Amino acid sequence: MLRLLSFALFLVTWWIAALFVGGAKLPSPPAVLEVMIAEASSGALFLHLGATLARVTLAFVLAMSLGSAIGYLMGRVGLADRLGDPWLILLLNLPALVVIVLAYIWAGLTETAAIAAIAINKLPTAVVTLREGTRALDRSLDEMASVFAMPRWRAFRHVVLPQLAPYIAAAARSGLSLVWKIVLVAELLGRPNGVGFEIGVAFQLFDTPRLLAYSLTFAAVVLVIETLLVQPFESRTTRWRPRAA
Amino acid sequence: MSAAGGMHEVLAPLKFTLCSGEVGVLIGPSGCGKSTMLRIILGLDGDFRGHIARPPQARIGMVFQEPRLLPWRSVEQNVRLAAPDVTGAKLSELFRILELDAHRSHFPGELSLGLARRVALARAFAVEPDLLVLDEPLASLDDALAGRLRDEIATLVASRPVMTLLVTHSLDDAIRLGDRLLFLSPRPARIVQDVPIAIPRAMRGEAELASIRAEVAALQLESK
Repeated sequence: MLRLLSFALFLVTWWIAALFVGGAKLPSPPAVLEVMIAEASSGALFLHLGATLARVTLAFVLAMSLGSAIGYLMGRVGLADRLGDPWLILLLNLPALVVIVLAYIWAGLTETAAIAAIAINKLPTAVVTLREGTRALDRSLDEMASVFAMPRWRAFRHVVLPQLAPYIAAAARSGLSLVWKIVLVAELLGRPNGVGFEIGVAFQLFDTPRLLAYSLTFAAVVLVIETLLVQPFESRTTRWRPRAA
Repeated sequence: MSAAGGMHEVLAPLKFTLCSGEVGVLIGPSGCGKSTMLRIILGLDGDFRGHIARPPQARIGMVFQEPRLLPWRSVEQNVRLAAPDVTGAKLSELFRILELDAHRSHFPGELSLGLARRVALARAFAVEPDLLVLDEPLASLDDALAGRLRDEIATLVASRPVMTLLVTHSLDDAIRLGDRLLFLSPRPARIVQDVPIAIPRAMRGEAELASIRAEVAALQLESK
């Protein structure tokens, strides 16, 4: 209920601002909705949204699985940590734009280059979060598993993984928001479709209604995925914790 | 068995044997190296240099000082994960003896220390161990609760012959549960006295306990 109210307040503010600024710079909500409906009925909206979502999914899955594995390794094995740490710092601080441009130069303006560039941008944050999670693992529970001779896989699944789950959820959440931001830049620079491409076109034509139509639809999709996928996963992994009163 | 640390020696060379079905009790001042010795016996001490003979594939049931349950698994899952072969009937019997029936689906975070200890005990007995190790299983419980839990442990130990090692600093617990008392010296620990108790556990009433206590006290005076 409160969420709806806050959304309504946003619409009202927007509408009033549009009245003052004028339609060219800030179109009113109905004008944007009109563009949305037109783009949706022509199918273009879904095509571009679909292309962007496919890239996000691939890059996200790639970065999360690879990043979690590397992070776990670095948390457990001292040698891996010392070897990997300088690379990690480098990757963490490398601007997204540099990675994207280099990827396009080296691998051409291809889908692989785009997805790899997005994944590389997200990878180091996943590594860092999972490394912290692995370092915080409870050794006394490891000892318990070893005394009771639990097989490796069972110990990993029931003793280690539940301890890492909150870290995986945190990495997923921050990673997803990072991927959302970067994917549009990658599309703007070197893809012939996707929300980022459309926004680039709208920018060149100073077509503000179109720009807003695409970015707001995109934001809505992000919101839906957050509430339907990420938040339920987070609360599932922390279900066993006694609730705060 | 010996362990020489890099900085200080925790345990002096020491030696004892335990038969199946016998409850050996290690009693010693806190900090004397009891825990180190347990870790060595359990194979958890990576720094240990020396030899320890354990029957190959011996199943170990362990009750740690802190219960060490998995907080994200229910009571029943905690037991089943350590003992996947346990039958439903055996599990029900354990939960009945330990008064855990009502808590099967609770998470450890919802349990008191006394209940969590019981779950740890259920887990250790569910694996049908060849060697059972109890590290201060009654510490930081109030007297009434400790007494009840002690009786339950006695019931469980009697139900199946198993080589048991109990670590405690309470002489009272030791003479109520043990078949043999091994008194340890301050660090580096060595066994100062090995006292077998002849009266079977079930026959020890207050009178017998008093006489055992007197006997032990006399022996300790003698050794000083």
